[in-house]
Amino acid sequence: MSDVASLVRLEHVYRYYGPTCALHDVSFTVGKGEVLGLLGPNGAGKSTAMQIISGNLAPSAGQVWVNGIDLLDRPAAAKTGLGYLPDQPPLYRELSVDEYLAYCARLHRVPAKQQRAAVATAKERCGLTAVGRRLIGNLSKGYQQRVGIAQAIVHSPAVVILDEPTVGLDPLQMREIRALIRELRGEHSIILSTHILPEVQAVCDRVYIISAGKLVLSDTIAGLQLRMRASSLVAGLRRPPESQELQSLPGVQAVEALGDGRWRIHYDPERNPAEQLALEAVRRDWGLYELVPERLSLEEVFVDITRSEPAEQTGEGAAA
Amino acid sequence: MTFHIAAHELRRLFLSPLAWSMLAVEQFILAWFFIIGIDNYISVQPRLAAMEGAPGITDLVVAPLFGDAAIFLLFAVPMLTMRLISEERRGQTLSLLLSAPVSMTEIILGKFLGVTAFFFVLVLMIALMPLSLLMGGNIDFGMFASGLLGVMLLTASFIAVGVFMSTLTVQPAIAAVSTFGMLLGLWVIDWVGAGRSGDYSGLFGYLSILRHYEALLKGVFNSSDVLYYLLFITTFIVLSIRRLDADRLQH
Repeated sequence: MSDVASLVRLEHVYRYYGPTCALHDVSFTVGKGEVLGLLGPNGAGKSTAMQIISGNLAPSAGQVWVNGIDLLDRPAAAKTGLGYLPDQPPLYRELSVDEYLAYCARLHRVPAKQQRAAVATAKERCGLTAVGRRLIGNLSKGYQQRVGIAQAIVHSPAVVILDEPTVGLDPLQMREIRALIRELRGEHSIILSTHILPEVQAVCDRVYIISAGKLVLSDTIAGLQLRMRASSLVAGLRRPPESQELQSLPGVQAVEALGDGRWRIHYDPERNPAEQLALEAVRRDWGLYELVPERLSLEEVFVDITRSEPAEQTGEGAAA
Repeated sequence: MTFHIAAHELRRLFLSPLAWSMLAVEQFILAWFFIIGIDNYISVQPRLAAMEGAPGITDLVVAPLFGDAAIFLLFAVPMLTMRLISEERRGQTLSLLLSAPVSMTEIILGKFLGVTAFFFVLVLMIALMPLSLLMGGNIDFGMFASGLLGVMLLTASFIAVGVFMSTLTVQPAIAAVSTFGMLLGLWVIDWVGAGRSGDYSGLFGYLSILRHYEALLKGVFNSSDVLYYLLFITTFIVLSIRRLDADRLQH
């Protein structure tokens, strides 16, 4: 059925809400120990995809395997390997953190003898040890989010699904949660949805971009970085020469004056003139004080991909 | 797993002031009815003593007490069952259960048993009142047991309806109103054509949730009455499971 290496596999999954199609022919796999980032604008279908993988929602068509077990045929068996944090953490506000996590452990069939240890480990990992006896309803949003994550990992599932885990948190808490995700990646596969782009760069191994229900890009982070490499650099010169002289450097395609002796130099990606430029600048005493390669931000790549030519780029550069 | 969910549900109930206040109000109101019953019994006792085959204290005090308990339960059950599924849906805590390796049947049965356990505590507290009569006299234990069985079956049936109504909606208030409406409807359904022996009265009489109860209160243990309640409970439990399962499929 499914090879051992891929813990989660979706095949041709469709999901309709009435006439609207929330997911259109989505197929992907998540390997063992991999952190997968699901990226997309609001309403793109990220949460729908995660609800389907977590068994909260049945797909209209298509198949889902978790740990090699068909989620639709044997939901109970497949779900033992799953931990899910929905976009709103499923917390009972009137329970204390300890009580709540113990209940979650029982629900996920953690053997009675190991429950205490499982709860303690989850609390420790999420930095909740100090608040174990407090009521969840009295905790701050950041701590509630941590309880949500603790709930998803308390039974050490093979696959952890986190739906926008850092939404609504302050920058410090975001960093802590990202650090936690990095820490978890060793033994768990993680599927993470977000629309915060730096988060993806910070924690993910692989990125799938969903737009309007379709998978428009699947790439590794390295591949994405490659896409982000643009073909221009900015040079600052104290005593700039004529633009023709810059133009005549090998590989340079166009030169654009930015004022104050700064120039944007567009070049042929195959022939980066940076080295040559520096040499010339020293030799002819142009007074080079700045030389910066320009990169497309992930945001620009993202906007570029979600706006234009959907579906065409699927699979390009992907290892799977 | 059903047991864990039930225990959790029961625990959460006792964490909320609602459950405690319900127990307090119930005890107060039914104690009042009980006192009135005893008082009436004492006032008619001299005449009863003169009668041949007169009704005893179990007929005149205990059975009416269980009858009054049913009225109290009619109001109390919807208030506690309304939140079972609908509130979890609204607070989005349902996904915890749905993503855990737990079947829909286990979820519904767990919820049902949790609330039923709470109401059985309440019913046992009511049952303590007639048992207190043992200090000064004797009661008809057969009739008492049959009444107790009746009130338990009735409660469980009420809860089954409540669970089902709660699976239908996101708003607990709607679940409460519809549960109450449905129960009241089943309560009075046999009033139609009660005066004449029409064609429908048999059917409506059978459907009436109260008619089977009255028989048990009188100490008449008829397996068809017990079967009615068991069928009733099973039907609504199965409907609830189906409804919850449908959540995954459509929106």
